[in-house]
Amino acid sequence: MFAYTVRRVLATIPVMAIVALFVFSLLYIAPGDPAAVIAGDQATPDDVERIRASLGLDRPFLVRFGEWVFRILQGDMGVSIFTNLPVTTMIQQRIEPTLSLMVLTVCLAVSVAIPLGVLAAWKQGTIIDRAVMGMAVLGFSVPVFVVGYVLAYIFALELDWLPVQGYTSMTEGFWPWLENLILPAIALGGVYIALIARITRATMLEVLSQDYIRTARAKGAGQRSILFLHALKNAAVPIVTVIGIGVALLIGGAVVTESVFAIPGLGRLTVDAILRRDYPVIQGVVLLFSFVYVLVNLAIDLLYTLFDPRIRY
Amino acid sequence: MASATVLAPNAASPATLPAGVNAAAPMPDVLPPVKARKGLAGFIRRNPTMAVGAFILGVMVFIAILAPFLGTVDPTALAPAKRTREPSAEFWFGSDMLGRDVYSRVMYGARVSLIVGFSVAALASLAGLAIGLISGYIRLADSIIMRIMDGLMSIPPILLAIALMALTRGSVRNVIIAITIAEVPRVSRLVRGVVLSLREQPYVEAAIAAGTRTPTIIIRHILPNTLAPLTVQATFICAAAMITESILSFIGAGTPPIIPSWGNIMAEGRALWQVKPYIVFFPAIFLSITVLSINLLGDGLRDALDPRMAKRL
Repeated sequence: MFAYTVRRVLATIPVMAIVALFVFSLLYIAPGDPAAVIAGDQATPDDVERIRASLGLDRPFLVRFGEWVFRILQGDMGVSIFTNLPVTTMIQQRIEPTLSLMVLTVCLAVSVAIPLGVLAAWKQGTIIDRAVMGMAVLGFSVPVFVVGYVLAYIFALELDWLPVQGYTSMTEGFWPWLENLILPAIALGGVYIALIARITRATMLEVLSQDYIRTARAKGAGQRSILFLHALKNAAVPIVTVIGIGVALLIGGAVVTESVFAIPGLGRLTVDAILRRDYPVIQGVVLLFSFVYVLVNLAIDLLYTLFDPRIRY
Repeated sequence: MASATVLAPNAASPATLPAGVNAAAPMPDVLPPVKARKGLAGFIRRNPTMAVGAFILGVMVFIAILAPFLGTVDPTALAPAKRTREPSAEFWFGSDMLGRDVYSRVMYGARVSLIVGFSVAALASLAGLAIGLISGYIRLADSIIMRIMDGLMSIPPILLAIALMALTRGSVRNVIIAITIAEVPRVSRLVRGVVLSLREQPYVEAAIAAGTRTPTIIIRHILPNTLAPLTVQATFICAAAMITESILSFIGAGTPPIIPSWGNIMAEGRALWQVKPYIVFFPAIFLSITVLSINLLGDGLRDALDPRMAKRL
């Protein structure tokens, strides 16, 4: 187990190195002069020269990459071209809303999707199963911002139950915090719920056809205990894996959801940075999100033994 | 069939049997004759989801091609005096904040979405197929290529497309390239997986033993078997690409505002959505229905081409 953990953790290093290399070289893959790309259309030649100097474009690519990685390892992601603030500071200011939104969405999605998937598998072939699977296809098909607008229109504008937009920090109370995040979390969770429900149903169907489930039935175990104690436990590994992989959907969706609901998080920061071509910020956010994504999946990999003690490394 | 007549001879001639042997009574026709429907009606009966998906998609393609003849006006024509009109006989879907006809814009918008969806599906499949075949068949290339793909896959696809778009000028071509780059790693993983399992198949070993050259084996024996899962994957990529395009346009990193695309129309309607929700909702409905139809088509294709997967999901 220890050896596996070490190996698995070490295996993320090349992955992260490639992510870093890609994020760093994005600027140089693009056609044209990187300094001019950063400076944008309205830049004067002086601006371009200044940026060229700050990028150190006169030195070899790999040297610059090495220095950049070294700085990032020390927690320095550079300085925003637009605000002149360190990128790490800007990320720190924006991380709370995004983290809140994501954690809430994961909790919501998992607590809705798994029971739905179990129900669909249990009632396989019935109208309930079809309804759940139909909703899953719908969840995959309706873009997150469309769900967001529909929800905001119905529950905030027409019914006036929840605030339309905005974010309140948790320090100002739990309910104001939650109130602002309910609609964004539902909107963001749509695809994620569809994904988890689908894989839950599929895995449960496989598990429910196994012999030990028949034995459990024969010994008189109740339906609920068969589904949730006997079957779900053995279906856990694929489900948890998909929950981890689906975090990529959440990250992509958060960028859009935060725009729809005017939440001042990392997603908004990304969008603003793109519109201003603030490249250090874009690099920082992409790198951070990818790092989180890799870490989440690493953690899940290492937790497999918890869900299924038969797995030994 | 021939042996059945020998074992169960006509009851009218029992004399041909040796003494002590009793012939079984002739089998009654238990199974009713199966009426195999042929042609289009039979196809629709057997694959209802695929038929529905194909029909809706066909309608959308029809709209995209015939946009100028569907009662539309110039989608970029400004009419400042007729801004933000509610849907009426003159403006079927209302008019936007610059007085442009939303109906015409939505009809023309189908072009961008479909072109992006189909192009990305085709390009990502081709590139993924080439990369997957090479890395599945050449061990040395495999470890390098798959490390790179792992790295790219740990950047959430929408974020990757956003980062790429941030560098270039917004155009339909650049959107297609950016989304393709974001989708290729998953396709090449899929193809590689299929290739790895295929090359252990006895018929491939037989081909090797017979002295078939490697390129011939790849093209004649491996390639055709990757096409079924690849086709299914391509439909899902097409759907995902259309959603990503709308997200990119929505946050202002996609197609230029001058070209009406569903994402652009929604992005422009964003500022007014609380008072004039129809500007956002009409393109949203069209986008969702189109993506839904492609997903249905993909589900149907998967059920038809890969029965094992069909049982699982």
